[in-house]
Amino acid sequence: MSGHESTYKPGNAFTKWLDSRLPIIRLASDSFIDFPTPKNLNYWYTFGGILAICLAIQIITGVILAMHYTPDVTQAFASVERIMRDVPFGWLMRNIHTVGASMFFLAVYIHMFRGLYYGSHKAPREVLWLLGCVIFFLMIATAFLGYMLPWGQMSLHGANVIVNLFGAIPLVGESIKAWLLGGPSIGNQTLQRFFSLHYLLPFMIAGVVILHIWALHVPGNGNPEGVEVKDVEKDTVPFHPYYTVKDGFAIVVFLIIFAVLVFYLPNVLGHADNYIEANPLITPSHIVPEWYMLPFYAILRAITFDIGPIQAKLLGVIAMFASIGVLFLLPWLDTSKVKSMRYRPVARQFFFAFVAAGLMLGWCGASNPDDPVFPSLKGADAIVVEFTDPDGTKGTVTFKEKREIDAYEAGDAFQEQKIAEGATGVTLGTQTAKTFTFLHLAQILTGFYFAYFLIILPLLGLRETPKDEPESIHKAVLAGKRGSAAAATE
Amino acid sequence: MTIFRTLAAGLGALALTLSAQAAGGAKHAHAPDDGWPFAGPVGQLEMDSVQRGYQVYREVCSSCHGMDLLSYRNLGEKGGPYYDPAYPNANDNPMVKAFAASDEILDPIPNDAGDHDYRPARTSDPFRTPYANKQAARAANGGALPPDLSVITKARGDGADGSGASYVFSLLSGYPDSDEISTRTGDDGLNVNYLRFNEEHLHGTLVQPAGQYYNPYFSGDTGAQWDGDPRHVPEGGFLAMAPQLIEGRVEYIDGTEASVEQMAYDVAQFLQWAGDPKQEQRKALGLPSILYLLLLAILLWFSYHRIWRNVDH
Repeated sequence: MSGHESTYKPGNAFTKWLDSRLPIIRLASDSFIDFPTPKNLNYWYTFGGILAICLAIQIITGVILAMHYTPDVTQAFASVERIMRDVPFGWLMRNIHTVGASMFFLAVYIHMFRGLYYGSHKAPREVLWLLGCVIFFLMIATAFLGYMLPWGQMSLHGANVIVNLFGAIPLVGESIKAWLLGGPSIGNQTLQRFFSLHYLLPFMIAGVVILHIWALHVPGNGNPEGVEVKDVEKDTVPFHPYYTVKDGFAIVVFLIIFAVLVFYLPNVLGHADNYIEANPLITPSHIVPEWYMLPFYAILRAITFDIGPIQAKLLGVIAMFASIGVLFLLPWLDTSKVKSMRYRPVARQFFFAFVAAGLMLGWCGASNPDDPVFPSLKGADAIVVEFTDPDGTKGTVTFKEKREIDAYEAGDAFQEQKIAEGATGVTLGTQTAKTFTFLHLAQILTGFYFAYFLIILPLLGLRETPKDEPESIHKAVLAGKRGSAAAATE
Repeated sequence: MTIFRTLAAGLGALALTLSAQAAGGAKHAHAPDDGWPFAGPVGQLEMDSVQRGYQVYREVCSSCHGMDLLSYRNLGEKGGPYYDPAYPNANDNPMVKAFAASDEILDPIPNDAGDHDYRPARTSDPFRTPYANKQAARAANGGALPPDLSVITKARGDGADGSGASYVFSLLSGYPDSDEISTRTGDDGLNVNYLRFNEEHLHGTLVQPAGQYYNPYFSGDTGAQWDGDPRHVPEGGFLAMAPQLIEGRVEYIDGTEASVEQMAYDVAQFLQWAGDPKQEQRKALGLPSILYLLLLAILLWFSYHRIWRNVDH
């Protein structure tokens, strides 16, 4: 509601003098004190404020950590530990910064799902949504760069996996890779540029956050009912003190969870391998990104097939970037005129399915793609004996006896018999029983992820019959008070 | 809306469980029977045990494993095993000085002639390292590099409190008993050590490669050495470290009986301290911080209700 009349009155000679030269107090007053805010915002709407706090916490702790950190491959690992051991309260700064990254992403995911549910991406707030997507993309980049800095095994090998993805891009891939790494492979120069960029990007995020808030204040807040403010008197309350106190309460509750992790479980969201100093010669058996990137990692790994001339590796990279890129198109993919899913009974069910798919993609990203999703449903692996007869013919015999031990004993006996017959190259191995693996699950979920944006949302907007929206926020609130059907879904 | 809430609340919980992936085929490490005294929000390290653990480290582990991130002074700092309130500056602590002085190190600063002399360590020096460099360490250990133990308790386990100490405890006390290992003469005339497994599925023999020792808690792959059903291979792997903690290997200064379990317990707790020497301070600051936030939350909750009392929303 940038159109709302300014109510700021300078109280003394100095503020009058300043107001006619740089009306900065007026700006702050109009934006954060008098700003008319719909009175029906629920706690899901507090995550914007929570995210601002998260960014501030990350920047403050990050600046302090940078005073003590050494971006050098021979010293980085030890310098992080020195911060934990010898810098006064360095352990606190570092724990807040690492746990803070997780809390930041937890909050941003809830914030994004909230936007998706209440139609915050729809006219007149498309630019607001796009700026949010830019912030999310910058956050991923910043987190990825920052994970390199402790110079542990996951730092190095995780960065290697991701940067190698760019190598899959035709023609320019190798050049982009070399440009990112600052050379043919990860080395000191890579660590230094990652450190430099990790320090730069948060300030770019802060800049886009200012635009994000600006774009919020032009059309004003959305709200859970999805109808616009009609009567400022009846539908809104001033931001302060109504929402400063409500956001304040939510922020403090969020900080309590934050503090529990910082003080009691600082490493539980991390990976133990990252406390082993980076060694390019030893690759960890199970390279996984931080939890907040797992769904995208699952999408990347789900593409194991070529389509035409495009190879699986490149296709996976395209799918991973498209899974974030599609968010930028959402305002035009979602064709429904009704904003809030409270009044979209069918879309609502698909929304919950989408949230579940996102969580399960995270599970797939954390699991070994070849592992069975339901180990108890997996049949016994068969025993396979391979051999080459003395006359040179190769053969394999498979043993699938019902009792596992029978299959093995039959295979073992057969193996000995073949050896006695003079066959060479006799080996006893296994053939994995066919089962539903995490790869299959990830492929289905990836399909659903894209279908949700590209098929379900565009079609539903045209075909779904929404429920009747309330006339105004004020009426919806009153109806809710009386417990009538309109707001019963709440 | 209730589903929405439940789902979103589940997001955090699921994220927690997701990040804890099981490492490949090793047996799951376990805490001692009575648990760890330092576990939980109010748990504290048992300093007698940390002191005994340091004795085990000095007399056993330190002949192969360095601890580059630790200095002698750390032993006497707040939260350390030899902290004494009478000596707020750990460099004055006589115990710490005595420990440092009993180790001889190569002075990193050259003398007037430009040579490096050996001298007794000072409290400010890092722990004495057993080898001059990684090459020397490998050469002395059949090609295997004994890992630095400074943060070993953080570098193992799943990040949960005490999981790394449980790994150290389980590994050190988890080698098969010597009577479980048999010896036969191989085709090449050399002796081969092997273990027999006689369980329902796990049925066969596991041959220990020369200079390697089987441990069910060590993450690795036993498939290549397994003569038996390939679908059921023994958990664990082979490591170059022979069982070190043999009954009575150290004689504890405080008279505690040095059983294998006791030594493993003590050294695991010492390494737990070493991996995170500020854990006592961390936990001590947690409760007041959270109480403060709780109080603030309660005040804000009542303010919220008071401010909104005349507004329908």
